[in-house]
Amino acid sequence: MIVGDRKSLSEILDMIKDCRNILITGCKGCVTVCNVGGLKEVEILASSLKIARKKEGRPIAIAENLLERQCDPEYIAELKDVVNTYDAVISMACGVGPQFLTEAYPDQKFYPAINTKFFGGATAHGIWEERCAGCGTCVIHYFAGLCPVARCSKSLLNGPCGGSARGVCEISKDVPCIWDMIVRKKTEQGRLNDLLCYTPAKDWRTSKDGGPRKSIREELIQ
Amino acid sequence: MTTNNFEPQIVAFCCKYCAYAAADLAGSMRLSYPPNVKVIQLPCTGRVDIIHLLKAVEDGADGVYVAGCLEGECHFLKGNLRARKKVHYVKKTLEELGLEPGRVEMFNLSSAMGPRFAEIASEMTQRIKELGPSPVRTHNV
Amino acid sequence: MNDIKSGSNLENVLRSGHFAFTGECGPPKGANVHHLKEKIAFLKGNVDAVNITDNQTAVVRMSSWAASALSVQEGVEPNFQMVCRDRNRLAMMSDILGVYALGIRNMLCLSGDHQKFGNHPEAKNVYDIDSMQLIHLAKTMRDEGKFLNGEAIDVPPKLFIGAASNPFADPFEFRVYRLAKKINAGADFVQTQCIYNMAKFRQFMKMAVDMGLTEKCYILAGVTPLKSIGMAQYMAKQVPGMDVPDEMIQRLKGAGKGKATEEGIKITLEQIEEFKEMKGVAGVHLMAIEWEHRVAEIAERAKMLPRPVVGSHAPAGNQ
Repeated sequence: MIVGDRKSLSEILDMIKDCRNILITGCKGCVTVCNVGGLKEVEILASSLKIARKKEGRPIAIAENLLERQCDPEYIAELKDVVNTYDAVISMACGVGPQFLTEAYPDQKFYPAINTKFFGGATAHGIWEERCAGCGTCVIHYFAGLCPVARCSKSLLNGPCGGSARGVCEISKDVPCIWDMIVRKKTEQGRLNDLLCYTPAKDWRTSKDGGPRKSIREELIQ
Repeated sequence: MTTNNFEPQIVAFCCKYCAYAAADLAGSMRLSYPPNVKVIQLPCTGRVDIIHLLKAVEDGADGVYVAGCLEGECHFLKGNLRARKKVHYVKKTLEELGLEPGRVEMFNLSSAMGPRFAEIASEMTQRIKELGPSPVRTHNV
Repeated sequence: MNDIKSGSNLENVLRSGHFAFTGECGPPKGANVHHLKEKIAFLKGNVDAVNITDNQTAVVRMSSWAASALSVQEGVEPNFQMVCRDRNRLAMMSDILGVYALGIRNMLCLSGDHQKFGNHPEAKNVYDIDSMQLIHLAKTMRDEGKFLNGEAIDVPPKLFIGAASNPFADPFEFRVYRLAKKINAGADFVQTQCIYNMAKFRQFMKMAVDMGLTEKCYILAGVTPLKSIGMAQYMAKQVPGMDVPDEMIQRLKGAGKGKATEEGIKITLEQIEEFKEMKGVAGVHLMAIEWEHRVAEIAERAKMLPRPVVGSHAPAGNQ
C-alpha cells in the first residue's frame, strides 16, 4: 500500500487560517489501511482543528467525508454537489487524492493533510516499512526476493558496501542492511553463486527518471 | 469567569472492573470527592478512543482522564496499556495546539482502592483549577 | 596484469614488482590552493601516488578532479577518487574523460559514504550506478573505447583502475567474493579499508590468495596510524565497518601518558613490516588523516624510502 504520515497540525492550521467552513475528505484505500487518512483519522483531524480554532476564538465549521477512493474519477464525482460550498477542502488521501480533486474541481482549493512517503506494508501493528521504489522494472527475483533498489540506502545492485556491519546499514542502527539479508538468504538456499555474477547498470527509464509515467491497457479503454 | 470561583468540568472515563467499582466503594465508604468529575463507565479502558478524549476537550471539558486497572491487571489483558498510548497521543495533540497536556491524564487503580479514586478526583480537580478554564471553553461561551 | 593499462607511476611501480606505497590527501574546504599545495608537498617523493578524496564523508570540498589536476601540476601523481553518490553516469563519463585530459592516470571507484554523514544531509543522492558498475564503466571506456551506451570514444581514457575493499565489513564470508567481483569487473588494484584486526586480515588475504585473486590484481593494505586513544575508541565504536580490536586500544593505553601517539605509529610500522612479507600484498596505502606532515617520517621509519623511480611505459595509443 501507499504509506504516509499526517502533516503537523500547525502546518494544516496554517493552510486553512482564512477559512471558516471546510470539508475534510478521507479515502478508504491505502491511507485507511495504514491508519492515516480513513474515517477515524478524519474525525480526529476535524476535532483537533476545531479545538484549535475554538481556542483562538474563531470557530470553524468542518464537514467530514470519506470517499471510496480518491484515485478514481467516479468516486471523486460524489463530491460534485457540495464541493464548492466550502472555503477549502482538505484531502487525507495520498498525494494522488488532492490532485484528482483539483483536476475535477478547478474552482476549489484542495490541501494535502498527508505527507505521502512510500510503498510498503505493516511489519507489526503501527509499524510500516518501505518495500518497493516503483522503479518500473522489478528485479527482486535476482536478489532472494528482497529489493536492493528500495531497501539499500545506496540502491546498490552489487552490494553490500563497506558500511555494512552486524546486519545493519551504515546510516542507522535502525535500518537493516538488505544486502546482508540477501547474502544470508542466498547462502542458506545454497545459491550464493547467483550473487557472484556482475549486475550491470540499471535502465532507469522505467523509473521516475524517465519522466512522468503512464500505464495504458488498450483492452480496458472504452 | 475568574479563576477564584472556577469550578472545572472534568470527564473521567472509568473502567467498570476497577475505577468505576472503586468509585462505588468510595461512595459506600462515604468518602467525599469533588463534584466536578463526571464519570463515564467503560467496559474496559481499551474501549476509549482518541476521538472520545478529543471530543470532550472540543466540547469544553477543562480536564479529561482515563482510569483503568493497575498495569498487568487488565481484565482484557492490554486494554489499559492501549489507553495509556491513546492518552499520550492526545497529550501530544494538545501540546501541538498550544494547550496544556496536563489537562489529559491516565491513572491506574484497583477496585479495592476507593480512597485512591477520591484522591485522583481531588488531584485532577486541583490540577485543572491551577491550569484554569480550558481556552476552548472560555472562547466558546 | 600483462598489458600496460595506463602507464601511471603507480602502475609502473607495481608492475616492476616494487612494494608500492600510496598516500592520501583531502582537498580543502574551500578554494585554498596554497593549503592544498602545502599538503601535497609533504607527500612529494614519499609515496608513489596520492589518493585525492572525493567529498569524503559526504562533506563538500574542492572537487577531487580539480585537486588531482593541481597535484599533477605539483609533480605528485594523484589517484583520483570518484564516488557514486554525487554523479550520474553522464557526469561520471565526462569527468573520467576530463581527468584523463588533465593528465590524471589513476582512478579509485567508490560507492561513497551516504550523505547522511556529511554536512548536507538534506541532499538528494544519485547512485545511478554502483561502485562495481563504475569499475566496469571505466574499464569499458579504456579497453573497448566505448561509452556505456556502446558509442565509440574519440581518444579513450587510459586509466589505472582502482577499487576499495573492506575486509572488516559484514558479512565477512562474502567480502572476498565481492573483491573477486570487483576484479572481474575491471579493478587493476585494490586499496583496503584501514586494517587494525590483523588476524582477520590474514584470513582474508589467505582466501584471496587461494582464490587466485592476487594473481589478477594488486592489493594494497590500508593503514591509518591511531593518533590517540580517543581516535581508536571513536574508530572502534562510531565508524561502521571498522574493526579496532580491544587489545590495540589497551596497547595504546598501556603506552603511558603522552606516548599513545608514538605507540600508534609503532603499531603502523609493525603492520607495514608484516604486509611486506604477507603473501599477496603488493603495497601499503597510508591514510594519514590530516597528518600529511608526518608521512615522510612514517615512510622513512617504515623503510619505504627512497621511492623507486621506474621508467615510464605509456600504453599504446596514449596521447
